[in-house]
Amino acid sequence: MILLVAFVAALVRISVPYALAALGGTMSEKSGVVQIALEGMLLVGAFSAVVSADATGSATLGIVGGALAGGLLALVYALVVLWLSTDQIVTGVAINLLADGLTRYLLKVRYDSASNSPRVEALSIHPLVHGGELVEALTHPLVLGTIGLCFLVAFILKRTVFGLRLRAVGEHPDAARTLGVDPRRVRLFALVIGGLLAGAGGAYLAAEQRQFVSGMSAGRGYIALAAMIFGRWRVWPAVAACLLFGAAEALQIRMQTQGGLLPGWAVQMLPYVLTLVVLGVAGKGKRRGHGGGNAPAALGKSL
Amino acid sequence: MKRLDRIALWLVPLLGALLVTSILIRAAGRSPAEIYRLLIIGTWGNAYGIGQVLFKATPLLFTGLSVALAQRAGLFNVGAEGQITVGAFAAGLCGAYLPAGTPALLAVPACLVCAALGGALVGVVPGWMKARRGAHEVITTIMLNFVVRAAMVGLGALVFERESVHTKPIIAGARLARLSGFVAPLRGSAANLGLVVALVVVGATVWWVERTRVGFHLRAVGAQPKVARAAGLDPARITILAFVLAGAIAGLGGANFVLGYKYYYEDGFSGGVGFVGIAVAVLGGLHPVKLIAAALLFGTLAQGALAVNAVCPKEIIDVLQAVLIIAAAVTTAAQLRAGRTSS
Repeated sequence: MILLVAFVAALVRISVPYALAALGGTMSEKSGVVQIALEGMLLVGAFSAVVSADATGSATLGIVGGALAGGLLALVYALVVLWLSTDQIVTGVAINLLADGLTRYLLKVRYDSASNSPRVEALSIHPLVHGGELVEALTHPLVLGTIGLCFLVAFILKRTVFGLRLRAVGEHPDAARTLGVDPRRVRLFALVIGGLLAGAGGAYLAAEQRQFVSGMSAGRGYIALAAMIFGRWRVWPAVAACLLFGAAEALQIRMQTQGGLLPGWAVQMLPYVLTLVVLGVAGKGKRRGHGGGNAPAALGKSL
Repeated sequence: MKRLDRIALWLVPLLGALLVTSILIRAAGRSPAEIYRLLIIGTWGNAYGIGQVLFKATPLLFTGLSVALAQRAGLFNVGAEGQITVGAFAAGLCGAYLPAGTPALLAVPACLVCAALGGALVGVVPGWMKARRGAHEVITTIMLNFVVRAAMVGLGALVFERESVHTKPIIAGARLARLSGFVAPLRGSAANLGLVVALVVVGATVWWVERTRVGFHLRAVGAQPKVARAAGLDPARITILAFVLAGAIAGLGGANFVLGYKYYYEDGFSGGVGFVGIAVAVLGGLHPVKLIAAALLFGTLAQGALAVNAVCPKEIIDVLQAVLIIAAAVTTAAQLRAGRTSS
């Protein structure tokens, strides 16, 4: 029982950045723009959260700073991709390289270190209710915020005019245009909101350790991408996939301490292999996009 | 398009990239002019620097060619990173476990074949999944990069030398000679015959794509899959073939490090050449001269980073690279649009 509680608590904590980045990815890709730069947004979010908290002494402003950095990077991506019509994959790869280089560079410039920033105690975030491990994990403000954001994003996509327009430009931008919707503007908003979400995910990563470690996103942006595809571009299945991948990771950490079933590298491989299997069995999708099935029809096409 | 316009299309974003990095260098309180001076002097300023640029450009020729070849078949290979990793690993294992006295004439080709097979093994997966299951190659190749990374941890635990992250050294016969043995001033640099292999592979691949029947089929499928199908070609088979070749070419790139420099496979050797290869392909395409120029450009930046590190964090060059890739993407898109409106 105690083991189970600790496991669920770890699972929740691990899944937060996955979920936030996957929400950001879903938001972006539903509008028809490929988003492989989640990794970069996590990274700049983490770095900016540390610097913001360090500079202002406020954890809240740290998180806000992290989200804004993710949004800003997404804005750059959006402007280049939407207005200059560059290739979305090439640009996404470049944005990730940019985020990696930029955070390492600024880490050296600001903190004179190649590996990590000092601990910034101002970035400490405390659970609302003190008690057992699980209670504390579930009442962590950022965990609650993430759960709220899952509902919010699902609601926006499904039930609001903006969400309808977002999905419309993701499926058929020309049809949307004839109805007076500007696909570029909708995509711009979708991408920036997605960037804010992923940036917040990065801020959470930094807040957990109260410091920035170079390359600390460690592939989480790609796991989130995998979760989004695994969930076939729907919010709740994507979140479920995040929890699944988070559970595998939590299990591995458990087993490492107890010497267990699967070696670490096999668990690391799991999200990617599962996603490949899903894409493999999805069958011949005739629609463009990442795979078959549910991918937005206009995904990856320039306007 | 007028010649002047074409030059401007390259110069404007290049200057833009330099401008962005200059601002960042200034922000750190350093002089951009000084950094750029060091970058040039540390690379093209002396024979050793040139040798190092050639060494760094060699794997980029392979990965760039790999991406460019897939591109001609209408495919996007984001998986060169995983392909070169497995290629290098296969070459390292082959070289390490050949009988010690194997002559170079046998050992080197055997290792190269292993490198190509290793890369092709990774390449066939996205090819097959695209052709038979309709899974988008961008996603499958990204996922495979991570599968490879994790697999190397598992395999490394089996074959790495004790207390290290590298395999057993390869036998003497499997080594590729340093270029300094032929051009004395390059002494000390790691440039090796891998560069010659790269140039041969670039030439052969371009010739194959542009001048042979199957190469023509590949281009046809890349340009107009529906027309190609109507003409009786099988796009699925071409897709798999293109990905196998792209994987094999990227895999061969592993030889530069394993057979030509360290003489063993080492964890993390690639340093992201699979991703920079995308940039090389964007700039160079499947055009031999442009491809070589692009590989040299990014090789210069990779080597130049080390030259500026004493004065300014070398990561500034990573930023410069990334901005340059975006700039190149902007240029390509603009050229595409200009071509469309003028025709």
